[in-house]
Amino acid sequence: MVDLKDRLSTSLCGVELDNPVIPASGTFGFGYEMAEVYDINILGSISFKGTTLDPRFGNPTPRIAECEAGLINSVGLQNPGLEKVVSEELPKLRRCFRKPLIANISGFSVDEYVQCCERMDKEEQVEILEVNISCPNVHNGGMAFGTSAQAAAEVTAAVRAVTTKKLFIKLSPNVTDIVAIAKACEEAGADGITLINTLLGMRIDTMRRKPVIANKMGGFSGRAVFPVALRMVWQVANACDIAVIGCGGVASASDVIEMMMAGASAVQVGAENLRNPYACKEIIEALPAEMDRLGIERLKDIIGIVK
Amino acid sequence: MERLKLIVKSNRLIAKNIWEMKLSGCTNVQKAGQFVNLELDGLFLRRPISVCDWEEDGTLTLSYRVVGKGTTQMSELLPGSEIDVLTALGNGFNSGKDCRKPLLVGGGIGVAPLYKLAKEIAARGLRQTVICGFKNASEIFYRQEFEAIEGLSLIIATEDGSEGVKGFVTDAMKGLDFDYFYSCGPMPMLKALCKASDTPGEASLEERMGCGFGICMGCTCKTMTGGKRICKEGPVFNREELVW
Repeated sequence: MVDLKDRLSTSLCGVELDNPVIPASGTFGFGYEMAEVYDINILGSISFKGTTLDPRFGNPTPRIAECEAGLINSVGLQNPGLEKVVSEELPKLRRCFRKPLIANISGFSVDEYVQCCERMDKEEQVEILEVNISCPNVHNGGMAFGTSAQAAAEVTAAVRAVTTKKLFIKLSPNVTDIVAIAKACEEAGADGITLINTLLGMRIDTMRRKPVIANKMGGFSGRAVFPVALRMVWQVANACDIAVIGCGGVASASDVIEMMMAGASAVQVGAENLRNPYACKEIIEALPAEMDRLGIERLKDIIGIVK
Repeated sequence: MERLKLIVKSNRLIAKNIWEMKLSGCTNVQKAGQFVNLELDGLFLRRPISVCDWEEDGTLTLSYRVVGKGTTQMSELLPGSEIDVLTALGNGFNSGKDCRKPLLVGGGIGVAPLYKLAKEIAARGLRQTVICGFKNASEIFYRQEFEAIEGLSLIIATEDGSEGVKGFVTDAMKGLDFDYFYSCGPMPMLKALCKASDTPGEASLEERMGCGFGICMGCTCKTMTGGKRICKEGPVFNREELVW
């Protein structure tokens, strides 16, 4: 019988993870906050809060609107800025987490992405840079780079030149041809693709006759988006030769397995963390039994088996 | 934070659209002004509800206004029902604050967290004034409960004058002698209160929340010392920190 570690382990283009479950950026703070709740070392990795060059307060509130099987958020990349993330947040995380980290980087210009990646490249524990070109909640940045193959390739090539870490590009689902954009990133030197970020959405408070979200629109995520995410993971995994991290609506061990069958080498859990702080832990713990049920010996064996 | 399965002991209508739910099995609330986050059937996000009272035997009291799907579902829960609850969330009131004549000001459902606070203040042997503001007489709740607290003088204010002082809590405050205030209520009330008085004090804020335990940055407010999470650093802030 294969031991548990071997059953659950996976690899993200050479970065070995004990299991494929990773909290998605923006839904797990800088990780250490959750160390008070459970031992976060059971996680495969952590993609910590999206970091920009300068500190950001983020968008006005309300930033949250509930939906059927999900929510809309318009946080707007609130973070303390690159310098404080490196000097204050990461040391706190290092004290309670000893596994490879994913640094999620956002920006408003190619130059800003480059500066952030250059600095994050020096952080030993960070093994993967996840460049977010898909945030729907900020103007003149974020998603603007993720909705054109040319702009996506430009950011990818520019950050590729300043880092030797594994480079993942986090893509937006708000596009007509996800494969073209993923391929452009691959050709420009990305080691992998994370998808999907949130779907642009909106809710109206019918009593007040106003949008619920102060910024009017926001990013829709949660269980409802799982089929969209899975479809895009499958399309990209079949069209590209680089690794894929599947993200979007993952809420159970069964979802993790489905994402991996579609071609994901690892899986991020996002919105579910907000409703259940133990979501990642429970999913990891439920994986072996679900694998037994489906006759899966090792998760590695099922990556991309559905063509 | 802790996740507990609590059992509904009682759940009853106490004023117009205001319900009181007692739950058993909760032993970890530390401060008046903290809140809990309830999981409800078919709703994606939990519902944050401020703690009204708790007892050593694990009884937790929540008073809530029925406004939407979540609170409607809460009002339909029968004794014996089990609820998944994240407890002891947020940073509550500093009930041990060094003061002599505290004033407590609550607006609408914002009166709820002041009840435990008033009991803690009374336990210190202090005399206190509590102003409870409502839209009209039909929404008044917890009058007897407050009146039963030793050394407490209660002032009721209603916007339509159907009971007590006619007007807002700031009208009822006029001429009162106090050296510290604690408040909870809608933002316009808190703003008016801070404008009407220079006295130091604390205010409990509310905002639509994502997680309720500090990881999603959904409920951040501006303060004098930068963005703070209402669910984590708050909901109670010192008035000097608040930016209006």
